[in-house]
This record gives sequence, structure tokens and C-alpha cells, in this order.
Amino acid sequence: MDTFLLDPLAALGRATFALCRTVGNVTLFALAGLSHVVRPPYYGRMFWRAFIEIAWFSLPVVALTALFTGMVLALQSYTGFARFNAQSAIASVVVISLTRELGPVLASLMVAGRIGASFAAEIGTMRVTDQIDALTTLSTDPMKYLVAPRLLAAIIALPLLVLVADILGVMGGWLIGTYKLGFVSAAYLKSTFDYLQAEDVISGLVKASVFGFVIALMGTWCGYNSKGGAQGVGGATTTAVVASSILILALDYVLTEAFFAR
Amino acid sequence: MRDMADPATRPADRPAASGVPKIRMRGVRKAFGAKQVLDGVDLDIAAGRSMVILGGSGSGKSVTIKCILGLIQPDAGLIEVDGKDVLHMSRAEREALGDRIGMLFQNGALFDSLPVWENVCFKLLAQNRITRAQARDKAAEVLAQVGLDGSVGDLSPAELSGGMQKRVALARAIAARPDIIFFDEPTTGLDPIMGAVIDGLIVDCVKRLGATAVSITHDMASARRIGDDAAMLYRGKIVWTGPAGTLGHSGNAMVDQFANGEREGPIHMELRR
Repeated sequence: MDTFLLDPLAALGRATFALCRTVGNVTLFALAGLSHVVRPPYYGRMFWRAFIEIAWFSLPVVALTALFTGMVLALQSYTGFARFNAQSAIASVVVISLTRELGPVLASLMVAGRIGASFAAEIGTMRVTDQIDALTTLSTDPMKYLVAPRLLAAIIALPLLVLVADILGVMGGWLIGTYKLGFVSAAYLKSTFDYLQAEDVISGLVKASVFGFVIALMGTWCGYNSKGGAQGVGGATTTAVVASSILILALDYVLTEAFFAR
Repeated sequence: MRDMADPATRPADRPAASGVPKIRMRGVRKAFGAKQVLDGVDLDIAAGRSMVILGGSGSGKSVTIKCILGLIQPDAGLIEVDGKDVLHMSRAEREALGDRIGMLFQNGALFDSLPVWENVCFKLLAQNRITRAQARDKAAEVLAQVGLDGSVGDLSPAELSGGMQKRVALARAIAARPDIIFFDEPTTGLDPIMGAVIDGLIVDCVKRLGATAVSITHDMASARRIGDDAAMLYRGKIVWTGPAGTLGHSGNAMVDQFANGEREGPIHMELRR
């Protein structure tokens, strides 16, 4: 009877301790990575490589996601708002939804799939093939060479991608609004910009920067700590994408609360 | 051309062991969970000599050299290089020591995102000792020392055969002219002829640099070719040291069983039946 009661409690305790240990390890890893961002030597080539990988090669998928999201948003808003004769609010709803929420969250989720997986797989493979140990024997700190440039690149690249996503999302809404729903182009654009505030855009960009950090952090951490050959690298890749996606959604709530809760 | 890998001629080319060992290990212990991998390793490696550490799979050979390299922190014991305790060095001292060490990993561990020439000169570039333009020439020079054409420098490691990858890894290990070089299973995965070629290159490079070499291997032919001295690691302890040339007829039953690949003897493989 005692065992029957205690076993689940013991399992819960073990899981809690494991979670605390993981959170602690990720926090220490993040602090170490950030400290190397500001301490020389700097690996500019590694930064540019990561930046191009994130900002340039993620552009098509982020652009398409934003464009279709803006189009769908305009269409859905129209069908909903028409019930209240509030169609004129569509442009404002599209732009505010995109800049505050959908732009940063959807772009980050797309990048988490691409870049989180890529970082985890690359660094994980380096771990299991001794390349990270080789870096150490070649007088190069792996945290400085592999982690810090990726963290910095993601922190800078994500806001730029989200800015593009915001513009293309609004463009998608405008295309549907003017060519399908019959809005006058100038009126749609005026409505878009009349109700848009700098705070909407800036809060989205700040979110993007935080999400970029989370994506790079989880990708590098999972890769750096992967074990056990191909299966370990596969597991690290999956964990990186799942963990960063969940953290993006959770942090989105926290940041929205911080920015907009009155 | 003289066969540099001939074990009969090599020990005479090497300086004899002097008073202060280049590397000194005393009572080094390391456990992973409940498994005690190193259980008090005592080993001296003389300056300018080539030491081969032998032992079965899982006997702790790689852990031993990773402890010396600082890649693994031992649980207890002393490791000295040139009389300095490496386990309690400052970060700067550790980095300075790292600058004097080269390492050839078992699978090469070449960086597949970089071309061969950048792999070879990685340490020199990382330390800003040469420019990228100079690195290309330097890489060609070092690649020539391991018998590779300079044009190989522009290839990716993935485009090379196993033997060529080993040679590039050797070139990377010696490019910064280290005075201590570690070789982890240098001939694993190579055919016997390529293994002998790699061994010859290792002996040649180590001799040219005047370096102290520490190799770990299962390959007895390789051990005899590249080693001046040999040590046998069994159950976490060094159970024998002696001249590499005597492997197989050392008088130590464990060493001779291992060197001759005999099933019967004091070493019992832990097999599940």
C-alpha cells in the first residue's frame, strides 16, 4: 500500500528535480553564452555565417507564412465583422494582430523549425564526432566559437525577419481587402496606418529578439549536450524544436502581459 | 629512403628518459557513475619519447589522455606537464599549455564546414598567428609533410578517403609545431598498408618536431612502429611499462596475452553468455 502511494510521488519528485536541474543547466549555459558575446576574441565569420543562415535563408518561409496569414486574417475578419457592420475595422485588426502577435510568433515558430533543428543537428554532430573536443585542443573555446555567434545572430536577425513579416502580412491583408473584398486601396492603407502605433511594432520586434535568443539557445544547448551517436543527435534536434516552440508560446504570453496589461 | 617506422632503429634515435618526466600522472582516478574507469593511474612519460598506451576496449585509454588534455576533469590524483600541476592551473596557464599540444582524434574530427586548408591551419588562424592568405601557403607546406598535394587544401573533408582524412588530421595536429602530441587510435579503420603509412608519417613528424608523443592503440603492429615505450592499462591501472619493442615477449603475462591476441591468460573479457 505504501509503495503504491509512494511510487508515483517518488516519480514526481524525480521528474521535478530533473526539471530543476535542466532549467539550472540551461540558465548557466545561457549566461555563459551571453558572457562570451561581449568578451573577445570575436568570431565575425561565424557570426555572419549564422546571420545569413537565419536572416536570408529563412526569408522565403517567413515571407510566405506572413503573406498568407495576412490574407487569411483579412478574409476571416471580414466574414466575422460583417455580422456587426464593422468591416471598416479590418485593416486595423490585420495590422495590429500582425505586428503585436502573429508576425513575431509565426515567424519565430517557422525559424524554430528551421534554425533550431539546424543548430542542434550541426552542433550535436560535432559533439558526437569529437569536433567540439577538437576545438578545445586547438585553443578555441567552443562556447565562444559555436554558441555566442549563433546567439547574437539570432537576437539581431529575428527582429529583421519579423519586420519583413509585418510588411508582407499587411500587404496580404491589403491584397485581399482591395482585390477581393472591394475596399478602396487608399482608404484601406489610411485605416491601416491611422490606428497603428509605434508601440505595436516595437513590442513585436522586442518579442522577436527574445524569441530569437530562445531558438538559438535551445538549438545550441540541445546540440552541445547531445550524446549517443545518430539517435542522440536526432533526439537533440527534436527536443530543440519542441522546447523552443513551447517556450516561444509561453514567453509570448509573459511578454504580452508585460507590454500591454494595464 | 630509410624506414622511419622501423621499431628496431627508432629507440636509438630518441633521447633517453631524463630525470623530470614531460608528463607525470599519479593516482589519477575517474568514475562515470558507478563505473570506476581510472583507478589510480601512475605513469611517467619522458620528454622527447613516444609512449604507447595499450589496453582493451573500455579500459580507460581515451579517458587517460582526455584527463591530460583537460577535456575531462579527474576525480582525484595529480597530472603534471613539465613539473606543473595541470589540474590547478589558471585559465591563462591552461591556454598556454594548450598552445603547445596537438591531438589527432580517432575519427579525425575534422571540421566538415571548413575546407581542408582551414582545418590544417585552424589553430594558427584562431590565435591570429598568420593571415588567411598565409594560411593557404602554410597548409600546403604542412600537407606536403604528410604526403598530400597542396590542391587537397581546397577540398572539403567529406571529399577525402579515410586515409587522407587521417593525414589531414595529422597535418592539423602538427601545424602549430606542438611539443606534445596525442594520437588516439591513429590507424583504426585503415587498411594495413595505409596504417603503416600513417605510422611512418607519425614517427617522421614527431621526430622532426622533437615532440613528446602519447598514443593509444589496440594495433600491436602500430604500437611497435610508433612507440619507444609502452604501458598497459588494465582495470583502471597501469600494470606494466617497458620498451615497445618487447611487446609480445615482455615477460608480463597480461601484456603478452594482449599483444599476441591470446584468448587464454590472466585477462578475462567480460562477455555475457
